[in-house]
Amino acid sequence: MLRYLLPLGLFFCLVIIFIYGLQHDPRQIPSPFIDKPAPAFKLSTLHAANIDVQLDDLKGKVSLLNVWASWCVACRTEHPLLVAMAKDNPVNLYGLNYKDTREDAIDWLKQLGNPYIESAFDQTGKTGIDYGVYGVPETFVIDKEGIIRYKHIGPLNKQDIDNIILPMINQLASPTS
Amino acid sequence: MIKTGVFILFLVLNLSAIAADDPVEFKNPELQKRYYALIEEIRCLVCQNQSLADSHADLAQDLRNEIYSKVLAGEQDDQIVSFLVERYGDFVLYRPPLTKNTWLLWFGPFVFMLIGIIFAIILIKKQSTNKAVPTELDEVQQQRLTELLKKDIKRDKE
Repeated sequence: MLRYLLPLGLFFCLVIIFIYGLQHDPRQIPSPFIDKPAPAFKLSTLHAANIDVQLDDLKGKVSLLNVWASWCVACRTEHPLLVAMAKDNPVNLYGLNYKDTREDAIDWLKQLGNPYIESAFDQTGKTGIDYGVYGVPETFVIDKEGIIRYKHIGPLNKQDIDNIILPMINQLASPTS
Repeated sequence: MIKTGVFILFLVLNLSAIAADDPVEFKNPELQKRYYALIEEIRCLVCQNQSLADSHADLAQDLRNEIYSKVLAGEQDDQIVSFLVERYGDFVLYRPPLTKNTWLLWFGPFVFMLIGIIFAIILIKKQSTNKAVPTELDEVQQQRLTELLKKDIKRDKE
């Protein structure tokens, strides 16, 4: 009996391991930034080369930092959701325009709407490297003190925003936390 | 003829693809060696099974440039590696450090090998006990053998 049950048991162990493995996206690499201070940056804004935006501008409120680019196809699917979210909720949403040209990025926002309070213009991608960005779009939740609390890799969908991002912002914004 | 032409065309195209990845030159061969060793050891996060040295991804190019300028600026290998690990996690290393999380990664194969060896030993032992046939003949068998031999000898004589 054991002769047959043992291989069968091992087989099911393997199946369980495979099911567990398949539910994990190898592209979702755990970020080393969670609960660490967000890297400081100081960049010109997308709309005006002579005006700076920096990390300190985000502090004091729970903020979202969304890394985007006009060449990024997945950003296009995410963008309407960000526009809707910014319209319905008082979210401190900043953008990090990653390796783009001013012209293309401003056109893009004109076409699709601008949900951002401000977008930082990271033409060289150096700030992107500082934030460990490797797959645009990415979204960081940064708390009032400038600590990164969450990182989402890839486009956000409605469930992500309603079930993870917004509750997290509310929880971090409440005075008890 | 056309085939040869197409073949040569492909060769030329292929060469230009290689040339797109400009080889990086250092004046100091020591630094050049360190640079190439480093980019072999760092994983590209966009195409995860390629090293920075192999990858054509944009990010890989940016990180190569970053490493290049850091090597030139005189930073040590461990400084450069920790710069990358701080940003991208241990995942960027092809040889991640031994921590609680990577214990299974490092020792898992040996555990599986041990299980395999144990199984093999059990199987071999089982088989050898099954096949243990008595080598001595008992009395009845001995008698039969001599009878058979006698018959054989008789037949031979006839």
